[in-house]
Amino acid sequence: MSQEKASGRTLREPVQLASGGRLPWRLEYDSSRIRTPWWTPIVSVALALLLCAIFIYANGMSPVTVYSKMFRGAFGTSYGITETLVKAIPLLLCGLGIAVAYRISVWNIGAEGQLTVGAIAATAVTIYFPNLSGFWSILLMLIFGIAAGALWGLFTAIPKTHFGVNELITSLMLNYVALLALDYVTFGPWKDPKGFNMPGSPVFTDAQSLPVLGGTRLHIGLILALVAVVIYYLMIRFTRWGYELRIIGANPTAARYAGIHIKRHIIIVMLISGGLAGLAGMTEVSGVSHKLMQGLSPGYGYTAIIVAWLAKLNPLGLVVTSVMFGGLIVGGFSVQTIGLPSSISEMLQGAILFFLIAGDMVTRFRIRRGA
Amino acid sequence: MKQRGQVFKLSFMLLFVLAIVLAGCGGNNNAGGNTGASSEPTAAAGDSAGASAQPSGDKPKVAFVYIGPPGDGGYTYQHDLGRKEMEEKLGIEAHIVENVPEGPDAERIITELAQSHDIVFTTSFGYMEQTLNVAKKFPNVKFDHASGFKTADNMGTYFGKNYQASYLTGIAAGKMTKKNHLGYVGAFPISEVIYNLNAFTLGAQSVNPDIKVDVVWTNTWYDPTTERQAAISLLDKGADVLLAYQDSPATIQAAKERGAFAGGNDSDMKKFAPDNYLTNPVWNWGPYYTKTVQSVMDGTWKNEQYSGDMADGMVDLAPFGNKVPEDVQKLVEDAKAKIISGELNVFTGPISDNQGNEKVPAGKTLTLEEVLGMDWLVNGVIGPLPK
Repeated sequence: MSQEKASGRTLREPVQLASGGRLPWRLEYDSSRIRTPWWTPIVSVALALLLCAIFIYANGMSPVTVYSKMFRGAFGTSYGITETLVKAIPLLLCGLGIAVAYRISVWNIGAEGQLTVGAIAATAVTIYFPNLSGFWSILLMLIFGIAAGALWGLFTAIPKTHFGVNELITSLMLNYVALLALDYVTFGPWKDPKGFNMPGSPVFTDAQSLPVLGGTRLHIGLILALVAVVIYYLMIRFTRWGYELRIIGANPTAARYAGIHIKRHIIIVMLISGGLAGLAGMTEVSGVSHKLMQGLSPGYGYTAIIVAWLAKLNPLGLVVTSVMFGGLIVGGFSVQTIGLPSSISEMLQGAILFFLIAGDMVTRFRIRRGA
Repeated sequence: MKQRGQVFKLSFMLLFVLAIVLAGCGGNNNAGGNTGASSEPTAAAGDSAGASAQPSGDKPKVAFVYIGPPGDGGYTYQHDLGRKEMEEKLGIEAHIVENVPEGPDAERIITELAQSHDIVFTTSFGYMEQTLNVAKKFPNVKFDHASGFKTADNMGTYFGKNYQASYLTGIAAGKMTKKNHLGYVGAFPISEVIYNLNAFTLGAQSVNPDIKVDVVWTNTWYDPTTERQAAISLLDKGADVLLAYQDSPATIQAAKERGAFAGGNDSDMKKFAPDNYLTNPVWNWGPYYTKTVQSVMDGTWKNEQYSGDMADGMVDLAPFGNKVPEDVQKLVEDAKAKIISGELNVFTGPISDNQGNEKVPAGKTLTLEEVLGMDWLVNGVIGPLPK
């Protein structure tokens, strides 16, 4: 008995939620359903909009007005669209990294920290090699950003593969280490001497900033992100590595029997995952904020988890969901001018994830007639 | 069978992830519980909601960018009071955007507001670069930035000599302390906070030469949880009267729990702990906002660098707490009268810094420019300035 419990056997007993024969139907857990239906993300978003509509209504506003204002704020003008895309870039890059790891059930929630160290490392280039030409400084910043993110990912991967440490814990904790490192450099050695003692690095020169599109803030990081999406898609689809990943994701036991080196895959996947988040940090600091500062990321690394999950880890889906969440952030500020707090967009994000996860569970149940 | 166990495990993991994500989202918004005065924001929001529907005629469209929520009970709350006064006096309804972080997001929000408004007030120091950038792109829109020092043809600044009120608060604190040990919760080690901390210390020393002041930097304008922790740590070190240069009344609430005295900043915070309240500097933005928007209506707006003071009322002192004795109040009121008349100047020498260097020789008074660029701590403040 105790051994059964230890192996989690009790959890695997069929789950029946119907009360003893009173109702003409019962709920039965259907273990054959491994994949959730394609419509769960869409229904989740719809339910989240509906739930938040109740709160908007309770605030004395019309949900239709609020949602349409949000939509117009994010997509209604060319300015709104470029700003939405600016937000989508870090979400897409982090989401992609998260998707790679989640594909083989490596639960990396450290994208926020990996992004932060990427930004710090990219800034290090501007501090220690201030006079490089545009090409070299951007290239070096890219390399440093990706390498730092990957290293941060490695700090999660090695303890997992070699000491069995849960990656949820390490990746989360490393987020705080990264944020404290950010505080250290912005308050300490890298503080702008002309910054009136406010924390933050000196503002980057043009040579250290990513090129932008016209008079907007949309930077070349968008192309980097889209290239990453294509590479990810091709790798998963057409390489032996991608094939092995898919097998591990579908059935780790079978993968192990087939001789796939799972530990090695975990390390590779975390390197990629961290590297992509580190790249997001580099593009954010070099393309948007133009200096290293506190509050560089308003939680992109966490939001990207929702983005990745909503896309069902699908690369093309990720493009859609990251733009959608970028719009949610931009539109969230727009609704303030009609008198709602911006937290409405955070509420929507939370509600979407909630319904999504609930949907993954609920759709595995079947209603059967008879007790 | 294995598969289902996997599914359950997966769901648990995801629930955990959900919890983390929500915690992450909630992190920078932990305002509600601690601040108390939360009845305001919805009302304020409701007011501004109607604005877009109302045809404004030749009345200017006005927007405000806030660092915190109007319900912070402090800095943003006072700006919002000023906005309401301006709205009432001029029959205008302004738009507000709250909780705008001092990073890249601010530039987008200021840009959006600039597209549909005639004047935009950006009410926090960290909006300076962003306001300047947007001002360059919208030459026909007026911008007014609080507490900064950069201007453009269409961008002015406004702030006030709140150190005068900090000095007066210091007098009260110096009289009220039993241990000659004061505590100061500072937001950022920037000039604005430094000259207020210095004025507070000088005020206390003017009535009590043995005073020492401990300071904790929170590195945030508005985060009641952090402010509270800073206040508690100062009390633990033995300070018995606190002043906080922060946007929320968290320090006063912490002092109340420990039976100490405290003041806050920006707003009359007596109601949060009447028996433990000292007093503190308050802002009165209404007349300035009214005057400035009026000048936009009249076409006489200029990109001035406005600095208000106790004489014109932009800076004032909050009413005293219940336990501040009459004689102390009298002392402070006398000094206030001297400041208003110009007889008393806060930064008149001799003043030396806490490293032993003389900074202001006897008989000399710092210029406003020197005050605004202050980067040293007066003697009596403990610890070096983080640089």
